[in-house]
Amino acid sequence: MTTTPVRQEYEVQLEPLRSVPLERQLPLAQRLWQHGWLRKAVILVVIAALWEAAARYQGNDLLLPSFLQTSAALWDGLISGELPAKVGVSLVILLKGYVLGIVLAFGLTSLAVSTQLGRDLLGTLTSMFNPLPAIALLPLALLWFGLGDNSLIFVLVHSVLWALALNTYAGFLGVSETLRMAGRNYGLKGLRLVLHILVPAALPSILSGLKIGWAFAWRTLIAAELVFGASSGKGGLGWYIFQNRNELYTDKVFAGLAVVILIGLLVEGLVFNTLERLTVRRWGMQR
Amino acid sequence: MTAPLPGHAASNLSRVATPPLLKVDNLSLEYRTAQRVVRATHQVSFEVDRADRFVLLGPSGCGKSTLLKAVAGFINPQEGQILLQGKPVKGPGPDRIVVFQEFDQLPPWKTVKQNVMFPLLVSGQLKRAEAEERALHYLDKVGLAAFADAYPHTLSGGMKARVAIARALATQPKILLMDEPFAALDALTRRKMQEELLLLWEEVRFTLLFVTHSIEEALVVGNRILLLSPHPGRVRAEVHSHQYDLGSLGAADFQASARRIHRLLFDEAQTPEQADELGFNDIRIAY
Repeated sequence: MTTTPVRQEYEVQLEPLRSVPLERQLPLAQRLWQHGWLRKAVILVVIAALWEAAARYQGNDLLLPSFLQTSAALWDGLISGELPAKVGVSLVILLKGYVLGIVLAFGLTSLAVSTQLGRDLLGTLTSMFNPLPAIALLPLALLWFGLGDNSLIFVLVHSVLWALALNTYAGFLGVSETLRMAGRNYGLKGLRLVLHILVPAALPSILSGLKIGWAFAWRTLIAAELVFGASSGKGGLGWYIFQNRNELYTDKVFAGLAVVILIGLLVEGLVFNTLERLTVRRWGMQR
Repeated sequence: MTAPLPGHAASNLSRVATPPLLKVDNLSLEYRTAQRVVRATHQVSFEVDRADRFVLLGPSGCGKSTLLKAVAGFINPQEGQILLQGKPVKGPGPDRIVVFQEFDQLPPWKTVKQNVMFPLLVSGQLKRAEAEERALHYLDKVGLAAFADAYPHTLSGGMKARVAIARALATQPKILLMDEPFAALDALTRRKMQEELLLLWEEVRFTLLFVTHSIEEALVVGNRILLLSPHPGRVRAEVHSHQYDLGSLGAADFQASARRIHRLLFDEAQTPEQADELGFNDIRIAY
């Protein structure tokens, strides 16, 4: 029945392993390539080069000013203080609408996670208003709030609120039952449960909602300013673009557009990336 | 000496005159699905004394986890009551801390130390400095003092389970509820965790209500084991296992106990009660 094993048993005495280093550094090129800003900078440089080449090939700076011409116009605008002033006007209104939208979205979703009726309310309102372009409400807003900041803030809130509420609510629903129960186990309920457990646990979704909301708000603001920028006597960035197009300063139009893009990149790169690095990525909730 | 008790009977083997810490009296639990209400346990009664390591053991779907969640206060009884030190349980609270099976019971946005401090702070039990001191004390007890500032996602499964145990012990609950806490761990880690839990019990003498589906784990961890029948859960027997620890694995009396439990849990098909229920259809098939 039993067969004699052909192989021998053996034991090895293990000495501490010192001859081989336990950690090694990656080569410099690979370490550099790990930096997101470097990879993105390379992409931007390539795009700028293509743009410059295309503009020179086309040779009509009324239709397509080159990258260098746009840079010069941008530089002039910045130095003269005209662009920073316009950007300031736009950003102040943008932040007002954005913050108000966030507050409302948070209230609406908190209501939605705690009551059945709140859930239905959020569901109905989001499906009604989310597909509605904010700019379509502008005529109505002008009628209600007159020509001025309030109409702009109204359409901005509309553009931020639904996207953010939808994302936040989806994030809240995705919080695991175990984590909720752990929170309730320690006596948390109502708003404290939302603040201590749901908000941090749903932060990846909330952040993506904030990003989408930011982009929507920016878009809506520029579009609204294109329609009626100078109403309150001081136009924003959208008005700057519109005015310069009327006067056929195409390079300035491009400079205005570039500022919109640059602010977008800056907010994405500095604000949201920092926020993500300090929170969800540090906590291992997002790669 | 340890003859099986008749069904539904609470433990009366305890000769201690003091009232039980936890008294579950004639408890029926139901849970709701979208279409119907399902009875999870039927008229279950048991009593847990101070410093007991009381194990709820039963096949999958016998309602043992539901029972534990009812004691934790997450589920309201359909019938009967749960008394903790004579007072009925109403809702979850930090006097009954649950250790769940899932690893995501630790909020990922808190470090190990913050996780242990979390229930102490939100329940208003301790001030920050005292909470930190106690957190470090219990982290030291589970051997994780060096990882106090690590985030949960950097820990292994066993370490996360240890953090959850430290967090539960730090709140010094009246009773510690563990819902298959080691089921998601590998076999070696599970054995190590059982050993550590018993060592901690030797030191702290907490009262433990432990849910498991492993007969071996029940015999090792518990001193009293309540056997529940398959769906819906009814009390089948109470078995005592205070004489066993990890050292008795494989011993003859340990194996005998395990076989007895197995028989009590799974050989019910041969009981006359069930045979009486056979209808003519069954006989025809047999014929």
